[in-house]
Amino acid sequence: MWRRIFALVKKELLTLLQDKRSRFVVIGPPLLQLLVFGYAASFDLNHVSVAVYNEDGGVASRQLIARFEGSPNFRLVRNVQSHAEIAPLIDNREALLLLHIGPQFGRDLTVGTPAPLQVIIDGRDSNTALIALNYVRTIVTDFNRAWTRDHNLQGPPANLQIRAWFNPNLESRWFIIPGIVGLLTLVVTMVVTSLSVAREREQGTFDQLLVTPLRPTEILIGKALPGVIIGLFEATLIITVAVFWFDVPLRGHLLTLYTGVLLFLLSAIGAGLMISSLAVTQQQGLLGAFLFLVPAIILSGFATPIANMPAVVQKITLIDPLRYFMVILRGVFLEGTPFHLLIDQFWPMAAIGICTLAIAGWLFRHRMY
Amino acid sequence: MGEGGYAITFARVDKCFSVGPRRVEALRGVDLTVRPGVVTGLIGPDGAGKTTLMRLAAGLLRADAGRVSVLGLDADHDALQVQSAIGYMPQRFGLYEDLSVQENLDLYADLQGVPPAQRAARYAELMHMTGLGPFTRRLAGHLSGGMKQKLGLACTLVRAPRLLLLDEPTVGVDPVSRRELWAIVYRLVQDERMSVLLSTAYLDEAERCAEVILMHEGQVLSHGEPAGFGRYLAGRTFAVEVPPDSSKRALQTRLSERAGVIDAVIQKEHVRLVLAEAIDPATFDVLHGLDYRPVEPRFEDHFIASLRKQQSGGGGNGTEVHASRHGDDGEAVIKVERLQRRFGDFYAVKDVSFDVHRGEVFGLLGANGAGKSTTFRMLCGLLPASGGQLRVAGVDLRRAAAAARQRIGYMSQKFSLYGSLSVTQNLEFFASAYGLSGMRRGERIAWALETFELTGQQQAASADLPLGYKQRLALACALMHEPDILFLDEPTSGVDPLARREFWHRINALAEAGVTVLVTTHFMEEAEYCDRLAIMAAGEILSLGTPTEVKAAARSAQTPDPSMEDAFIALIEQHAAEAAA
Repeated sequence: MWRRIFALVKKELLTLLQDKRSRFVVIGPPLLQLLVFGYAASFDLNHVSVAVYNEDGGVASRQLIARFEGSPNFRLVRNVQSHAEIAPLIDNREALLLLHIGPQFGRDLTVGTPAPLQVIIDGRDSNTALIALNYVRTIVTDFNRAWTRDHNLQGPPANLQIRAWFNPNLESRWFIIPGIVGLLTLVVTMVVTSLSVAREREQGTFDQLLVTPLRPTEILIGKALPGVIIGLFEATLIITVAVFWFDVPLRGHLLTLYTGVLLFLLSAIGAGLMISSLAVTQQQGLLGAFLFLVPAIILSGFATPIANMPAVVQKITLIDPLRYFMVILRGVFLEGTPFHLLIDQFWPMAAIGICTLAIAGWLFRHRMY
Repeated sequence: MGEGGYAITFARVDKCFSVGPRRVEALRGVDLTVRPGVVTGLIGPDGAGKTTLMRLAAGLLRADAGRVSVLGLDADHDALQVQSAIGYMPQRFGLYEDLSVQENLDLYADLQGVPPAQRAARYAELMHMTGLGPFTRRLAGHLSGGMKQKLGLACTLVRAPRLLLLDEPTVGVDPVSRRELWAIVYRLVQDERMSVLLSTAYLDEAERCAEVILMHEGQVLSHGEPAGFGRYLAGRTFAVEVPPDSSKRALQTRLSERAGVIDAVIQKEHVRLVLAEAIDPATFDVLHGLDYRPVEPRFEDHFIASLRKQQSGGGGNGTEVHASRHGDDGEAVIKVERLQRRFGDFYAVKDVSFDVHRGEVFGLLGANGAGKSTTFRMLCGLLPASGGQLRVAGVDLRRAAAAARQRIGYMSQKFSLYGSLSVTQNLEFFASAYGLSGMRRGERIAWALETFELTGQQQAASADLPLGYKQRLALACALMHEPDILFLDEPTSGVDPLARREFWHRINALAEAGVTVLVTTHFMEEAEYCDRLAIMAAGEILSLGTPTEVKAAARSAQTPDPSMEDAFIALIEQHAAEAAA
């Protein structure tokens, strides 16, 4: 039995890796995507374009503006001279936000009455707007604190001291890259497995396999193992780059991480083989894989927290293997979560894997025309 | 017309392609002319350059050297003008399967810019000619193979071209549809004075052409009227009677292995023999004690004779295929009783019953969609039966343990191989899949490479192999584990006559060694190689028996000595008449 399975695994790997192009597909694009995601996908805003409409012109206002100029998050694009200039500036996306300092700003501060500062922000991308606003708030708070200290005024009664655990500098890269490990592993294994049965069906070799003494279980194992091997290689590659190139801390145990990787691969391969067994042509297989991939990524909590989703959608996420893997990845990377605390993430993936693999195996013989 | 009045002129045309690492010279210094207003046949084995020649004439390819002129235009320089004056039907015509017959016609009329005012009359004419009138609303995907070809032809003809290029229009089409296609071609030539260039793999069709161009490995071997070709073979062709103590296959094998014999094929009740030289057959030792009579040479004799001269050696020495086993002991190895298969309310197979005995070659004949492949897939356990009984080696392969499949070999019509794997890797994989290991595995792989003459191609990716090699490799894979039952689903479709002869030679040897062979085919002359056969149409068996019995049933006043094709057509027509009554 194992000799036959070994022959099948060898054949699968040969068909996949013998061809220069398909070999490249397994290694090239994932690395490229990792670099693109690692550098480009970030929640941090840099060089937000700011326009200033300063009607005051006094020392205080200039000090405030200097703080914006000095921040790496902001870039001053224009000094506005009149009200009429503001709207087109935002409309044409020349500036994301505009700082309006009224003519009374300096005097109000000196007198000690509250000095209003108006911020006009482009709300079309609400997420970016909120983050930019947060930066503005931080600068203004710092300005306030400095002003009270320099003028020996009484500061606010309570003071906020923030310490971010696990990610002290709140680098969004630390949050995103562990997620990418799951994302890319899923994409590669899905592409590899979703084609494997469909390709053979299209070329007629699957019939040829079914008339050999190979049992469906043996075919299933022979089809799944190459996926595991390639998936493991892919995951290891990405984890290595994440740790050594992007300096994301890996605080947990490797054994815990790889238990998660293996179980996740099991479920992803199951889904891939199930889609592939349903498909009659390679095109259908690939299309099916993408129909699975997109919701699987969106519902995984990779970019938006599952807790924010409507209750019904949250229920749907329970059948998404990537959802569990995301928790494991972020847990093991940033928190160093021990094995026993992740058992609730392990078993659903195993269950999904066993169910989908069983369905795939059944479909081998029962899917006709 | 064009240059010197010819429809097509090729002057010293070369054309090369690179397939992977190899460079293929598809055409080498081809000179030819095609006369207007007649049907010219283009005949040659696979890879002879027929399709390349067609595509050059259609202005779809550019010649590396030489000049191609079509209807007086330069096919390279004025490609667009050429394309608007000709009709080209490629091997796989681009029908849109999800569109109806009418929608396909409309689409091609739009593409070819046929003015709407002219369409109604042209459509009516085409529908009448092709007999597709009642099916205009049917989806093209739901048509039979023959009907699809006719629709393809109709789409090519929506704007009456002056020159029609047909690339293997009759491949995979049943004899009835084949006759109808030819009737259409003749009408076009007669009524519309169209010039037709048609390539084909069926040698009997050559005799229906006014002129024939015989090609081999990118060169024109001969060109002329089909009747004139075989003349030099006069006195070298004989019909040998089968002695009562021997079988047709055994006699054929014996004759074909004799030096000095160009060709020995089973034809009707005797074996047709073609000798290399015009010698007195009485001096020929293998013919001692046999009855024979001289017969007229035909085109096929010339074809085989000139190709044999080209490829000296090669072919026909694959006898030592299997360790010998005891012959026919009357035991039914395959039993089928009232087998049924439904798809929705459509019966693909309806009440089919037959037995196949050990060591027998049993043929399932029929057009595409007759239910041959469905029956086949049920026997192999690939498809569950909707009703009836079936037993292969005493078990139903669909329910039996996996080990039972060890006894069967299966070769599908697509020659299912792993295209990216090399010849050796394919053999290794199938050997292991059948549980061979160690010494045994090595021996069988060496055997396969040697017997099937694959030794030179070991490292070549199987997708890059010529079709004849693919077929041999597929058969080798199916025989790795020395099965006692061999299932062959259209094993010779698309393969040229020489490769077909070699193939049947091997199958004969297997059957002699006691292997039970079940084969489907739509080549009617191949039916003569079977011990017994069943002719299928619309899921039913119309006739079952030995080739002689099947043909005897079709004997009539008009056809006192019917060929298998005549018998097939008579049966289909009779069946259609009964269904209509």
